[in-house]
Formats: sequence, structure tokens, C-alpha cells
Amino acid sequence: MEERDAILKKKREADRVIITPDELEQLDPVIEKYYGNPGYLIPALKEAQEIFGYLPQEVQYKLAVGLNIPASHVYGVVTFYSFFTIQPRGRHVIRLCLGTACYVKGAKEILEIVQREVGIDVGQTSDDGRFTLEAVRCLGACGLAPVFLVGENTHGNVIPGQTVKILDGYQ
Amino acid sequence: MPKISIQDLKKIKERERSRMVLREGEFRAKVTVHMGTCGIAAGARDIMGVFRDEIAKREITDVMLTNSGCAGLCAKEPMITVEVVEQAPVKYIKLNKDKALRIFEEHVLQGNPVEDYALAMGSETMAT
Amino acid sequence: MCASPSYRMHFMMCAGTGCLASGSADVRAALEKELVKRNLQDEVQIVMTGCNGFCAMGPLVVVYPDGVFYNQVKPEHAPLIVEEHVLKGRVVEKLLFKEPAAKSAVPLMKDIGFFGLQRLIVLRNRGLIDAENIDEYIARDGYAALGKALLEMTPEEVIEEVKKSGLRGRGGGGFPTGLKWEECARYDNFPKYTICNGDEGDPGAFMDRSVMEGDPHSVLEGMAISGYAIGAHQGYIYVRAEYPLAIQRLEKAMADAREYGLLGKDILGSGFDFDIAIAPGAGAFVCGESTALMFSIEGKRGMPRIKPPRSAEAGLWNQPTNLNNVETFANINPIILNGGDWFASIGTEGSKGTKVFALTGAVNNVGLVEVPMGTSLKSLIFDIGGGIPKKRKFKAAQIGGPSGGCIPNGMEDVEIDYESLYGVGAMMGSGGVVVMDDHTCMVDTARFFTDFSVEESCGKCTPCREGLKVMLDKLTDIVEGRGREGDVEFLQELGRHINGTSHCGLGKSAANPVLSTIRYFRDEYDAHIHEKHCPALVCPELIDFVVIEEKCKMCGLCYRNCPSDAIIWEKKQVARIDLSKCTKCRTCIMNCKFGAIR
Repeated sequence: MEERDAILKKKREADRVIITPDELEQLDPVIEKYYGNPGYLIPALKEAQEIFGYLPQEVQYKLAVGLNIPASHVYGVVTFYSFFTIQPRGRHVIRLCLGTACYVKGAKEILEIVQREVGIDVGQTSDDGRFTLEAVRCLGACGLAPVFLVGENTHGNVIPGQTVKILDGYQ
Repeated sequence: MPKISIQDLKKIKERERSRMVLREGEFRAKVTVHMGTCGIAAGARDIMGVFRDEIAKREITDVMLTNSGCAGLCAKEPMITVEVVEQAPVKYIKLNKDKALRIFEEHVLQGNPVEDYALAMGSETMAT
Repeated sequence: MCASPSYRMHFMMCAGTGCLASGSADVRAALEKELVKRNLQDEVQIVMTGCNGFCAMGPLVVVYPDGVFYNQVKPEHAPLIVEEHVLKGRVVEKLLFKEPAAKSAVPLMKDIGFFGLQRLIVLRNRGLIDAENIDEYIARDGYAALGKALLEMTPEEVIEEVKKSGLRGRGGGGFPTGLKWEECARYDNFPKYTICNGDEGDPGAFMDRSVMEGDPHSVLEGMAISGYAIGAHQGYIYVRAEYPLAIQRLEKAMADAREYGLLGKDILGSGFDFDIAIAPGAGAFVCGESTALMFSIEGKRGMPRIKPPRSAEAGLWNQPTNLNNVETFANINPIILNGGDWFASIGTEGSKGTKVFALTGAVNNVGLVEVPMGTSLKSLIFDIGGGIPKKRKFKAAQIGGPSGGCIPNGMEDVEIDYESLYGVGAMMGSGGVVVMDDHTCMVDTARFFTDFSVEESCGKCTPCREGLKVMLDKLTDIVEGRGREGDVEFLQELGRHINGTSHCGLGKSAANPVLSTIRYFRDEYDAHIHEKHCPALVCPELIDFVVIEEKCKMCGLCYRNCPSDAIIWEKKQVARIDLSKCTKCRTCIMNCKFGAIR
């Protein structure tokens, strides 16, 4: 029994990217900048996510203590807004626009292809850590519909058949 | 103390207006690249690069290169507006590097609009 | 008796941007003055027209019926033109325009559909100024309205002018802006705030993004004027996270405005202090709702609260707060400069001014369009939008995003203003117009919007959280072939309850896409439920994937494009589909030019 627990614990730790106390020190300037300002939490979380790529428990705790607000409140805000994530992301984040214009122009087909070919659903990261798939509500580039972003690169006027070829460019 | 007064505001307006109007001896042409999000996504930065490189390479000093927001016709991005002294501005659509080079050579330098890529000339109508 | 004067002569003046820049407004004023002086104002009318294409020769004045072109007219020429041409009938030779020998083959902006029918107020600076250069904004009358408001008008007069203009909120609700300001100004509880709602969440709408990116100062100036009117010294712009370029350009604009003292202490020596901060959103559609947006600025979950009290009384940090949309603020400066009467002369009885529409979907000229209120949907889609691509048929236009409704083929003569749209079951919303052709399934579209609303519901009230989920399940059943008799009636009843009992604007309008598609496309719902067939060939479970032999032209396009080798075809033979291999991906249907697959 103890042995099994140890194995499970080890596995959990291996799955999780641990953020060390040293790394957490990068949050200090963020806390200093926003401490005491009303309306600070969302910009602070944004900067924290820019540093670590995601917002694991350690980061949320440290911000809560530093900014003197309940951790439950921080968690509530993190899980409310789609911009924040508590899971590490893949090397390339695919942000597929499912706004109306893109939908009308065939974004659904592209979504199905990505789901089939990469084997991940919206919100998931592939096992090899290569891709994370996100669905977004309108990037405001409706003139190029259907559109998706891979990282910072915009791919517009995508024909569903080209999807795999475009993704092949990101390893 | 206020930093600028209403009179300063009027002076800036007059100064800028005369700067924005092209005339012989100063700027003879102005190229505006439309760079909203959709324009940039469609490749407006590359088009900007073509003009910047050509102007630098040929050491041209009397062509003004500037950028502006979305021109409105997202379906036909990237777009630019070329204005040559004493001529109406011309809007070009669906550009790529080769088209941009030809427009630079024929319209900006020689003053002959490239009909093949032009959408329209003149300016938009304000509500009055 | 007051008969309308019959003019014997017209001065056509170019109101194109080129001529305006070279001073055509001043010339117009000088001509008007001169005509009045000589008591000719009932004989000669001045008409402003679109660009003539001779911008470098401007300002241009064309005199009709003679058809004489005068160019580079200056205000001091006005007495000469009136004296010589109007009174003595002699042409002023020295101002005469000489037509260039060769006429260009490039058409004029005013002659091409997309640009020719637009009338710009909000987008007045589009494509003309460098968004990051405050001087270029000032050159086009930027901050002149703020100067006028602060130095020549009282806050009450500013509010009066906005009320007179008839401007209504452009974010969707359509509440009169002047009344909103007036209410907020009434409360004696300081500090007060003014907020710009740049959380443009409706999919298919991008006009606010375009204004914030292309003309950020117009937003700042409008906000400063509103601050002066209501007595606020701090403003916030709430911008959605998906618009990084807009945030960057607004920040640059704010820094430049502070440098000039157009934001900050004692603006233009008026004694009025005002500054603005950006509050970035973090991805939540519901934050477009006023109270949710304010909670979000406070760093909380963006969930709407019960009103009253209204935000004007207790908004951000429980202080009196005014909230307007980006496009609304961009309308303020021209109203202050040109007067409320001028603005009220454009548009329809109940809806004044212009509206910016984001025209997207199955339409040739996808883009941003500003037209006077009252323009017909038909003109918007066909004259400006250039019609439907690929020779397909117009089926419906979806206006107002997830809160709006569909306007079907046959009703495209409807004039676009707040009341007319409401009358046909749609709403203005923020102005996203998604055009749909006959390859769009309306049941699937309704499902799409419901899915959106389910995802974006904050979960606070039950009708929205649970009702929409039930609605989505039912719609999913219908598009996947499990629809039953009575489903449509169930959806209608549920929809009425959701709209009637939800807490905030999101829920109150979330059933609109479903209700309006049922209203106009009941036959499609029936086909899905009873015939188990999707007429638009969109829902894969309801397509037979069988080739109609009479229609097949044996071209082989389906064969060449099928990704799973499920098409059996040889030259001069009708294609067949091997259903054991078919993955129902619809590639064949999208490629068939003859509609030969059902």
C-alpha cells in the first residue's frame, strides 16, 4: 500500500512541472507593482502568466499572500476568465477562431481535422507536448475567415485540406 | 499650469495640415500602408518592408512612408494608398511584394497609377 | 406662406477628405456669407458632394446648370464668384479648371459601391492618419471639440447638445446617450467615473477594434468630454484581451495626450482634470454587461448584479459611473464641433446619425462599413457588400450576434435602425452582420449561437445556466437526427422563459437566435425532425451521401477530393459513394458544383 502511494506520488510529481521557490521570486516585482492598487488582480495574473506560461497552485498562493487577498478569490478569478490557464501548455498553441464568420466559412471542418489529426480536444495538450488546442470567440479578423493562430502566426483563408500541412510546419 | 493652450492646438493643426499636403520641392509622394490587425495578418508588414527597403536602397528622401489603421475593406487586404503630388490618392488592394515593387517603380517614382492593382482613386465621403 | 425656394443655381462643393483638408469648409462658409449678404440665399444652393478625384486641385466648386469647374478656390474668392458668376453671368477665368488630357482608367471612390455609399462620422479618420501620431489627429480637428467643450460650454450645455443630437448607445441597447449622462451628472457623490466599453465580444463584430487601433485619440477625447459633462476625473477603457494592438495604440495615445496636457491636470487651462487608465479584459463575453464589466475592473469575477441601483447611481466601486461604447464616444467629438442639430439631420426619425457595421460571412466585400441609419439591409449586402460569392443565393443575415436574430431572404428591404430591427425579431447589437448563403443550415446556426451562450453564461442565474443547456441538448438532438414531434414548441416555450426570467442582458436575449430561426425557418426544423434530412446539407447525420444520378455531370471532382477514397468513379460514369468507407466529412458536397449529392 505504501509502495503504491509512493509510486503514485512520484508519477504525479513527474507529470507536474514544479515551480521552485527560486523561480517564484520572479513574482516579487509583480506583487510590489500592484500591491494596494484597486483593480490589481487581473493585470497581476496576466503578468504572472507571462512569466510562467500558466498559473499553477504555487503561483496563485504566492500572489494571494503577496497581494493580501483570499486564495479562494484568486482561484475564482483564474477559473472565471478564459484567458487564464492552470495547466501547462504545449510548445505551440493553436487558437482556432469559432466566431460566427469563421463558423459560416467552415471553421468546424478545420476543428474536426485538428481533433482527428492531433488527437486532442479543445482545451487539451497533446501527449508529446507539441500542441495545445484552444477555441476562441472571434479574433476580429473576419475578413480572413476561417482563421487560426499558431503561436503568434495568423493563418487566414484556410482551406480545410491545408490544415495538416500548416501544422506540419510546427514541430 | 496647462502644458498647451487652445492657441497651441490651432498652431499644431495648421503646421500639420501644411505638412500633410504634398507639394513640389518637399515630399512628392506619400505611401500609406493600412495596418490594422487584419491588414497585418494578411501581410501588411511585408509590404511596408518592401517600400522601406526600396526607399533606403535608392536613397530617396522625398517620399513619405507612413502607416494608418484599417481601410475598411478587409476582404482585399493588404491595402495601401499612394498619393503623388497634384494627383488624387489611389487605393491598391490584395498586394504582395512583386505588386508593391511595381507600384513603387511606376506610380510612386514615375507618377503613373498601376491600373491593374488599383481599386479606386479619390477619397471617402464624410457625412455632411 | 412658406414655400420651399426654387434655386436657379447650385454650387457643388467637394466634401472629400482631400478638399476638406485644403479648406473647402472655409470656402463654403465664405460663399454662404456672401450669398446672404447679397440676399441670394434663396436663389443659390450649396451642395456638398463626394470626391471628384482632383484632390490636389481642391477645393473644387462646380457651378450648375452651367457645369463650370472652379479649382483651388480660396475663401477670399467668394465675393468674386458671387459677383461675377451669379450676378453678372460671367465665368471667372482665373479660377477655371483645365481638364487633364488623358482620363485615368481607375474609377473614383464615390463611384464604386463599397466606398461610394458610405458616409463617415465615426470612421472619419480611417486610413488617413497615423494612429500613433497625435499631431496628425490634431490636424484633422482632433481635440478641438474638447477645447470647445471645456472653454466655451458648461457641462449642462454639453449634455444638452448630446441630447439634441439624438445619439443612442452603439453597444447594443440603444439608450439615449444624453439622458445617460444627465442622470449620472445629477448625483452629488464623488468621485465619479466614466468608462469606455471596448469589450467587443460579439463574434463577427470588429468595429470597436478598428476605431481603437486606427483612431485611438477620438475615443480618449470623447471620454474626456463625457468626464467634463458628468463631473468625473477618472476614466477607464476596458479592452478585451484578444486586442493587443488596440491596447498598445491606446497606451501610446494616452502617453502623447498626457505629454501635451490633453489628459492630466488643468487641461487647456480650463481647470478641468481628467485621466484615463486601461483595464484589460481576460476573456469573458459576459463582461460586456455593464455591472459585470465594472466588477471585472475591480478585479473580481465578472458576474452581473441586480439593478437597481443603476450604474449611474452606484457603479464602479459603488460610485456614480457612466458607461458608453467605443463607437458612441467616437461620435461625441463631431457632435460637439458641428452641433446636435447637424447630427440629428442624418438618419431616421428614431435613430440618428450613422452606424458602423462589420459585414462578414458569405459576402464579397467583407469589411467595415459606415452608413446613415435607415439604409436598407439590401443596399448593405448587395450594393456595398457586392452580393454573395460563388453565385449562391442569399438566405439570411444574422444581426446582433448571440443576442440578435436572423433576417431572412425576402425581408431584406428592412431599413436598419433600432426599431425596425426589433420589429423583425433581430436587434442592432454592436453591429455585426453575418451574411449566410443557401449552404448554411439555420438549425445548426441556432445551435452554434446557443453553444456560445452556454459557454459564456456566468452561471449566476438558473434560466440562463440551466435553460440554455437544455436548449442546446435539444438542438443537438435535432441536428443529429433524434428530433421528435413537439420539440419546436418546447424550444419556443423554453426560449420565452429564458428571455423573460434571466438576470442580465446576456440571458434576456440568449434565446433570440433560436426563436428567430424558428420564426422564419420553421420548415428547416421540420425537415430535420420529420424527414431526418438537412436541406442545406450541413448536418452530417442527416445527409444520405447518395449521388443523384440525373444531376451528376461525371466530372470526378468528388472523387479527386475525397480524403478517404470512398468515391467510386471512372471517366464518363456517374459517381457512387461507398458508405462503408465514407467518414461523412462533406468534402464531396462542398466540391460538387451541381448539387448532385444528397
